[in-house]
Amino acid sequence: MTPNDSPPAPVAPPPPSLWRLYAVFFNIGAFSFGGGLTGWIFLEVVTVYGWLNEEEFLSGLALGQILPGANVTNLSVYIGQRLRGATGATVCVVGLLTAPFFAVLALYALYDQIVERPWIHAALDGAAAAAIGLLGAVSAMGARRAAAHLWSLAAMAATFIAVGVLRWPLVASVLVIAPLSVAAAWYSQRGQDHA
Amino acid sequence: MREGALWPLIAVFVPFSLVSIGGGPSIFAAIQVQSVEVQHWTSAREFVDIFAISRAAPGPGSMLVTLIGWKAGGWAGAIVATLALFAPSSLLCFWVAKTWGRYRDRPWSRALEAGLAPIGTGLIFAGILAIFRVAGGGALSAGVAIAAGVALWRLPKLHPLIVLAVGGAVFAAWSAMH
Repeated sequence: MTPNDSPPAPVAPPPPSLWRLYAVFFNIGAFSFGGGLTGWIFLEVVTVYGWLNEEEFLSGLALGQILPGANVTNLSVYIGQRLRGATGATVCVVGLLTAPFFAVLALYALYDQIVERPWIHAALDGAAAAAIGLLGAVSAMGARRAAAHLWSLAAMAATFIAVGVLRWPLVASVLVIAPLSVAAAWYSQRGQDHA
Repeated sequence: MREGALWPLIAVFVPFSLVSIGGGPSIFAAIQVQSVEVQHWTSAREFVDIFAISRAAPGPGSMLVTLIGWKAGGWAGAIVATLALFAPSSLLCFWVAKTWGRYRDRPWSRALEAGLAPIGTGLIFAGILAIFRVAGGGALSAGVAIAAGVALWRLPKLHPLIVLAVGGAVFAAWSAMH
């Protein structure tokens, strides 16, 4: 990767209005069939609006997965807190959960009719497959960033192998890898400062 | 609605919220035991349906507690169960994010961010693998996933809803033909 690939954002954009924040998270919650939430939030918050940079987003994502709670709600809390403090965090989580709250109740009411229509099941499976692609695009962006240093590439690969391939417990794996990765980032930063 | 049904929902789901490390799936087994065998909010059969619905619906899979709350106590039960599961962990996350944010400009905070970012990416890759294991995959799933990934990689401003809708339409058409 060359430095020209990702020009640093010159000035952070102004924080979004609470209404805009609610609308974005409401939409993500309403249409995130198949679990594509994380990928979609990345595209909106980082790629489309540029409210957070990739590093801020991805480190918040890791934080949200170590802490108890659903990963996407923790990620929404983190993003909302960064952008608009306590009100922002509340607005993001409530926005994210508004539509799913009514959707599960509606689906429960209609469940018997849905079971009789196999194409609905097929369509949901198809949306789930596309959601995997959404995550794939986000992880490709993250991988390109991680490939900038040997230590960050190693941290990414170790996390994937431990949690994904070997299926070791997520929190324990992250708690072992994170101190090493943060220490490497620290020394790498100091090296840059002295250069 | 049974007024007395609300307190048990809080008593069961608030502790679950604070131990659900790694997300909803880590507590699903315990939720099943509580709602079917201990509290009798749902039958075993209903729980399976509720689980399937929460996977089909948009939003986090943990929304299954909304339906358990609904079964236990109607609208009030649904709201109380949802808040009981999501509010405590969100408050904890808020406190951690706020504390971290206060020290954002310090060098160690920047190192924390730079060090955690590749771990976040590794966790997404691991999540993709886990979804493929659960969903079973198949050539059509892999094809749609790759096409969607390439489309968003080349056109980052493409609306994700379009990608999800096309994926759904391809599968629905495929199932109609077979």
